[in-house]
Amino acid sequence: MKRKELLYLAFKAAFPKTIPILTGFMFVGAAYGIFMQSLGFHPLYATLMSLLIFAGSMEFVAGHLLLVAFNPINAAFLTLILNSRHLFYGVSLLDKYNATGAKKYYLIFGMCDESFAINSTARIPKHIDKGWFMFFVTLLNHIYWVLGATIGGLFGAYITFNTEGLEFVMTALFTVIFLDQWLQEENHQSSIVGIGGSLLCLVLLGPDHFILPSLVVILSTLILMKKSPEKREVLEQ
Amino acid sequence: MTMTQEIMTLGVIVLVTMFTRFLPFIIFSSSRPTPDYVQYLGKVLPSAVFGFLVIYCLRDVTFYSGTRGIPEIISIAIIAMIHFWRKNMLLSIAVGTISYMVFIQLFF
Repeated sequence: MKRKELLYLAFKAAFPKTIPILTGFMFVGAAYGIFMQSLGFHPLYATLMSLLIFAGSMEFVAGHLLLVAFNPINAAFLTLILNSRHLFYGVSLLDKYNATGAKKYYLIFGMCDESFAINSTARIPKHIDKGWFMFFVTLLNHIYWVLGATIGGLFGAYITFNTEGLEFVMTALFTVIFLDQWLQEENHQSSIVGIGGSLLCLVLLGPDHFILPSLVVILSTLILMKKSPEKREVLEQ
Repeated sequence: MTMTQEIMTLGVIVLVTMFTRFLPFIIFSSSRPTPDYVQYLGKVLPSAVFGFLVIYCLRDVTFYSGTRGIPEIISIAIIAMIHFWRKNMLLSIAVGTISYMVFIQLFF
């Protein structure tokens, strides 16, 4: 197969998978651009931060961090806590990303929630190059996000139709992926650990402090489940 | 904050974000076989993480004030029904999002 055709096929397979993210990122990205502008930043800030950080919730926090007293240690800790979930994505995608040659570095750089969601679950047809498929998924998501933020920063004031509630598209996306996994898995232990552990920490600790504890609870529960031999049998079936 | 301080703050955020993304690939390089327990985690983590992400998206829902989480609960129920019925991701996402927008804009 010629390289051009290989790229075209991978792109054609990747693009439809990213359509929900196109919707979500244009909207949430635009909301971010408007948010940064409302804090008094030049539109270039939203564009550059989206391009370089490419982690939605962190970018909103970063906007606030730029307004308070200079404290890089605090910024580092907040980033580490909020983005600690990436460690999980990396562990899940180790083999898939390691098999992609030089593309690996961009794939890891662009490993946001949504790229992880598609790349870890998509059933890629045999004739499609997996590396290029995942590359296009990541690249398209990156483009949507930067474009959304730029549009929001430049033209946010002119949006007139009622977009209230459109941000739910990201919740819908993760819910659907979760349900899709649920339908495919042979047992639901790890899905239940994920929902249960996070819910428990959210109820006990509240929305501002539950991320890292949730991840710790999920990780330790899954590790404990592996050590118990009967349960391991169930998982390996 | 001065321009230099802004650049430093953003630099720290970019570096730490990249640290969280690259670390697993640095620890478990492709030249050595991935340890057994990491392979196990790689297999069981995605389902758990999607559960976490759903809760993460809903973290600011409160049951004691405002809309009491009703639009979110109904929309997720609709998504689940449509998805178990048609198993079409785009359809489930579109119907769920539009339902939520209608609830929020017209009824709440």
